[in-house]
Amino acid sequence: MADLVSHPDEVKVVSKRFGLGATEIDRYLELDGYKAVRKALGMAPESIIAEVKDSGLRGRGGAGFNTGLKWSFVPKQSPKPKYILCNGDESEPGTCKDRLIFEHDPHSVIEGVTIAGLAVGAHVGYIYIRGEYRYLSEIMQKAIRQAYARGFLGKNILGSGFDFDVYWHGGAGAYEVGEESALMESLEGKRGIPRIRPPFPAVVGLWGGPTVINNAETLASVPHILLGGAEWYAKLGTPKNGGTRLFCLSGRLNRPGVYELPMGYNLKKMIYDVGGGMAQGHTLKAVVPGGSSTPLLTREEIDVPMDFDSLMKVGSMLGSGGVVIVDDSACMVKFALRIMSFYQHESCGWCIPCREGTDWLKKTLTRFHSGGGVRKDIDDLQYLSENMLGRTFCPLGDAAAMPTISIVKKFRKEFEDHLDGKPCPLEKAEAIERSPVMA
Amino acid sequence: MRFSEPFEQRFQEMASHYPTRRSLLVPTLLYAQDEVGFLSDEVVAEIARRVELTELEVRNVISYYSMLTTQPRGKYNVQVCTNIACLLMGGEEILDRCRLKLGIREKETTPDGLFSLEEVECMGACCWAPAVQVNYDFHEHLTPQKMDQILDQYTKKGTERRR
Amino acid sequence: MADVNLTIDGKKVTAPAGTLLIEAAKSAGIEVPSFCYYPNLSLQGACRMCLVKIEKMPKLQTACTTVISEGMMVTTDSDEVRQARKGMIELLLGNHPLDCPVCDAGGECELQDMTFSYGAAESRFIDVKNHRDEQQWSPVVYFDRPRCILCYRCVRVCGEGMDVWALGVQHRGVSSTIVPNQEDHLECEECGMCIDICPVGALTSGAYRYKTRPWEMKHVGTTCTHCADGCKTTLGVRRCSTGTELVRGDNRDKSGINGDFLCIKGRYGFDFAHHEDRLHQPLIRRNGRLTPCTWEEAFQLTGERLRQIRDREGGDAIAVIGSTRTTNEENYLLQKFARTVLGTNHIDHHRTADYPALVAALAGHPKLTASMRELFEAPAMLLIGNDPTRQHPLLAWQIRNNVRLHRARLYLVNAQPIKLRRQASSFFAIPAGREAEVAAFLAGQDSAVAAIASETSPEAWIRWRDQLRREPKLVVMFGSEIRGDAVASLIKFAADLPEAKLICLGDYANSRGAADMGLYPDLLPGYHPVTEVGEFHKDWGGVPEKPGLSLRQMAEHAQAGKLKALYVVGANPVEELGLDPFVFSQSFVVVEDLFLTETAAIADVVLPAANAYEKSGTFTNTCGDLQLVKKAGEVTGTKSDFEIIVRIADAMGVAVRKLVPFGRGSRADMGQSRGAQSGEADRHSVWLEARGLEPKMSPFDPMAILDEIQRLVPGYDVSRLHLLAGMDQHTSLSGSGPGTKHDPSAIMPARDDLFSSGTLGRYCRTLNAVLENGHKLAAEEEVAAE
Ligand SMILES: Cc1cc2nc3c(=O)[nH]c(=O)nc-3n(C[C@H](O)[C@H](O)[C@H](O)COP(=O)(O)O)c2cc1C
Ligand code: SF4
Ligand code: SF4
Ligand code: SF4
Ligand code: FES
Ligand code: FES
Repeated sequence: MADLVSHPDEVKVVSKRFGLGATEIDRYLELDGYKAVRKALGMAPESIIAEVKDSGLRGRGGAGFNTGLKWSFVPKQSPKPKYILCNGDESEPGTCKDRLIFEHDPHSVIEGVTIAGLAVGAHVGYIYIRGEYRYLSEIMQKAIRQAYARGFLGKNILGSGFDFDVYWHGGAGAYEVGEESALMESLEGKRGIPRIRPPFPAVVGLWGGPTVINNAETLASVPHILLGGAEWYAKLGTPKNGGTRLFCLSGRLNRPGVYELPMGYNLKKMIYDVGGGMAQGHTLKAVVPGGSSTPLLTREEIDVPMDFDSLMKVGSMLGSGGVVIVDDSACMVKFALRIMSFYQHESCGWCIPCREGTDWLKKTLTRFHSGGGVRKDIDDLQYLSENMLGRTFCPLGDAAAMPTISIVKKFRKEFEDHLDGKPCPLEKAEAIERSPVMA
Repeated sequence: MRFSEPFEQRFQEMASHYPTRRSLLVPTLLYAQDEVGFLSDEVVAEIARRVELTELEVRNVISYYSMLTTQPRGKYNVQVCTNIACLLMGGEEILDRCRLKLGIREKETTPDGLFSLEEVECMGACCWAPAVQVNYDFHEHLTPQKMDQILDQYTKKGTERRR
Repeated sequence: MADVNLTIDGKKVTAPAGTLLIEAAKSAGIEVPSFCYYPNLSLQGACRMCLVKIEKMPKLQTACTTVISEGMMVTTDSDEVRQARKGMIELLLGNHPLDCPVCDAGGECELQDMTFSYGAAESRFIDVKNHRDEQQWSPVVYFDRPRCILCYRCVRVCGEGMDVWALGVQHRGVSSTIVPNQEDHLECEECGMCIDICPVGALTSGAYRYKTRPWEMKHVGTTCTHCADGCKTTLGVRRCSTGTELVRGDNRDKSGINGDFLCIKGRYGFDFAHHEDRLHQPLIRRNGRLTPCTWEEAFQLTGERLRQIRDREGGDAIAVIGSTRTTNEENYLLQKFARTVLGTNHIDHHRTADYPALVAALAGHPKLTASMRELFEAPAMLLIGNDPTRQHPLLAWQIRNNVRLHRARLYLVNAQPIKLRRQASSFFAIPAGREAEVAAFLAGQDSAVAAIASETSPEAWIRWRDQLRREPKLVVMFGSEIRGDAVASLIKFAADLPEAKLICLGDYANSRGAADMGLYPDLLPGYHPVTEVGEFHKDWGGVPEKPGLSLRQMAEHAQAGKLKALYVVGANPVEELGLDPFVFSQSFVVVEDLFLTETAAIADVVLPAANAYEKSGTFTNTCGDLQLVKKAGEVTGTKSDFEIIVRIADAMGVAVRKLVPFGRGSRADMGQSRGAQSGEADRHSVWLEARGLEPKMSPFDPMAILDEIQRLVPGYDVSRLHLLAGMDQHTSLSGSGPGTKHDPSAIMPARDDLFSSGTLGRYCRTLNAVLENGHKLAAEEEVAAE
């Protein structure tokens, strides 16, 4: 069980029930649970969508699309059933927030899914949880059972005449399945290969029916918005970046952990105040602001408000909320290599640029890091990444290219330090020798 | 081919959750693997039959997901994260320690069948890095020493049960 | 559909709404490179070669998945687009082995072409390439993973096109690989479609690999010699010591009725031509043993004996058995030879479908037959009997893909749960042998329902029939289960429909041609009864008017000692029809064939014939589509059946011009002696002249007989230009003779399956290898099970 932290600057919305035993439905109800569904049942679908839109809630899965706007794309009339799909595949390196929501407040996700269903006229919702999160799947399945038992799910929920079913679904280890169209494929029992878009899921999704796909945190935020009001929520954050979000601070900090901070919170403050600053003996070198897919920021670039638009301005992305602090003991070549190994391993392999590009880049970085690099490699790394950028079938290729380009550009010196057969200047001696295997 | 009662119950229940049989595939494979230890030919054939797919389709799906395996592995599958947050916090040292202690490399199994080892991607424990999952159990804030202790505990648990 | 206007590279383009950008560009002559896009297969967007710039879109877009829209502004030749293509090729070549010098696809590889057109000259890749060893998946399919570019064409054509689904994708990322359905081998139809569609040399054919380089071959487009569907196949030929060798069959020419399709027989079933048992010399029985002789000796002996017998015993003592694999010209010539030279109507062939009944029943109805192409476009299809997946692979392909791509309705009635039921909108199982009752029921005889309503209720049958009756356009297909009166019933039903067309399914490459050309004892070409004096009697200067003997009756005739000579051309009745060889021991037997078949073994003279891949002419497929057969290979020592027949006639002392209208014919120099003869010559040259055709100069030119066929056989007067251009021409039965009713038991369907092809199939190494492999695997499985 992951431990909880807190900080006075936190504004607890989605995390407000963390540590309070809200996995039990009775406790959840005491803590204002299922009130939002009750409220939503009395609202017109358009008003729910308007409320969510006005709150400035943007997708917490990474892309940061306005949630209410996404919902409004779902056609009112549809010959095929509509679906809500909660994305709990959480696999973006650096990200571990949905895990806490499932662990401490599963009912809020169920409630959010139900409200989304009311808003778009769907009667079935799926909560997809990554396979590694087995204990969370169990928590979630139990919560769903309780919700059925109390009439919050199933036929005629709360006597409203509205039927809504929520089902759990489990993955089995694949990052790409977090991509929304691959997620649908996976739920349909297939390999996690993304789909051609358009059509977008809101129009043609699961089994051909219109489907709303949202991140677990996004959906867990919705009940709070309905209860607190769009205006209240929007004001918590910055313009067009409503509310709060869970930031996962990791790396050599004094107080790493998941903190709920208002959108637009200053990154530098986040590191030095909330996260307690760098652990003893370490200094800051770079920051991954929103999961491994986002371009890195250097020490000089961290005085920036953490919201979607501000990070875009500095050439990076807010992403998934995974803030990874890279300290001076880390080799940036090695770091780039580890990121690339991840994408090479997780590429679904469907399209040429991502499949071949990640493999090529990993090979080059591996050789480079082990001292076999030539000067031309440095430019080639950038050239190849740029060849992938914007040309792959799904954004995974971009996710692999973007951090690489930023590392090569911003830490070119470290690459040069590896040239001419020199061993990695930062690798610890014992690690380089990689211990022999004992029989 | 027989599975446990809870497996059958879950299968039955889940079957009503989807408009197609095929949707049952991924979670069912994982549960089946948890019971049998790996996805044997027999399991593949049985599940293919149940979800109305060819064995080829089932194998194609299995091979896509990194948690699914058609090879037997240890009773305790030690999965060490070395992705960025863990890397920064010493994930590779943890992996090295596991190799040393267990005497195996990744994707190998100890001769007594107790452990197998895997280097894995981010498991959602970045804030509590470095982290390891043994089967489904998380072990976080690790140091090589703590890792030793954890492995010892599993060895004990595994050999006790066996006796 | 409404048209959409867009601009591509400054060119104004108009195309129907719903068109894909890549197709719209192609129609405007702008090539957008692609690997994974393949017309009529599902879209992938995987290779990213087709990226183009569309105004207002921040990123480049794939032309293969973008549907055109009004006012779209597209650029396909900017620096950005060029760099994207170059980058893609570079990435692709990173792990590619670049073993082009030894790769089968070298010279006709899309990756090579693309690299040449769009790629980079230098390579940046200096790391180790991923390697995996080549695998053999079946006797015909080999897979070389490193060469594979993962375009998924093979997976799709096997699944979507063939409905076999034998290929899949295993693993993910750079480890992704195409895999066969049985882990390390394939169990499938071995059609080779996957190999053909592979843009590179990743899938190669066991029959062709490492044999030659594409540029060393000459490519000849001809018609397949196996089943009755008539696929166009392109044969790759190369010089060799014994003439020219066929090294490959494929469908690189997609203009045929089969489009992309070929089955295993069309693709690999050509190697019989070089089988070691192939006859290269005529044989004469001397002292009870067949011994080699010269062609002259053989012709002389045959000609003399046949003349003697005819002159002494009359034509009644001679019988002729024709072939279902020889050309129309040869069949026509053979029956003309039998009737006018041998003076006999004892001529027949292995009948596999009741075409005469079809003709008879069609009489008086304006209904028509459907071509193989029309079938693909038909909104609704009804099939009674047969199992096209195994017996008519192309027909099955047309049906499946018509359902898949045009959402056509397929109504199936069968005694077996045939595979096509997967495409059927309704499948009605009936008790075996009750197909005729289905026809009767369709024709309105409600009482017939009792015999067929075993699994489906009478009410359901009635609803089904009502639904069929409402079909505005229906193609009705039936197998040999429907014969005689049942054919008439079916046509009665069809006649009342708004528009119904028929396809009668026979079994060999030119079964329909054999029937159309009059290889019947009672029917002349075009289904004219011998008993009715008509055009042919006039033209040929007399035809025996008494109907001759059928195959069975010939055997009885022989048994009774009345058959003195039997002339068999390209048929093996002893094996295929179970004729007792001993009954012919008193007859002089001449057999023309490729091999020493069971029938040839009892012959007095065996003449080594060329096969359909070694000669020219035409075939008519089971639908009635007339197609060109072109000479591709040549095997020394053999002669075409056409030449052999002419030479025998010559040896009999016949004026060959009587048989083959060749040379510059005119009243003055042709047929001086007989009036009818001069009339013939006249009519023929008038006909030729009217069509701007030249007389043929050689007696061995089958085109001379084609002229006569086109002149005299109703329905065959199709465009010669199109025919010679390699296009299929649908012949019509509407002007045919009255046809006739035959004894239904004279029809004996071939027992062929996907991997067999009568006697010919037994000499196909590739087909046999597949069969043997199947037996081996089955045996292994049995062992494993025990
Ligand atoms: C490669 C890839 C992996 C992704 N993984 C996740 C994930 O694990 N969880 C998630 O919520 N969104 C993930 N996304 C984003 C989803 O595609 C999608 O945008 C999101 O679930 C939408 O929800 P939101 O609007 O609430 O953010 C991923 C996207 C890509 C391209
Ligand atoms: S970019 Fe291409 S290969 Fe990579 S994950 Fe997406 S679709 Fe798959
Ligand atoms: S040979 Fe034909 S049936 Fe076999 S795998 Fe290839 S396409 Fe499929
Ligand atoms: S084997 Fe050929 S057709 Fe199949 S995916 Fe590879 S390159 Fe494409
Ligand atoms: S990086 Fe190891 S758990 Fe996320
Ligand atoms: S042809 Fe368009 S992506 Fe392959």
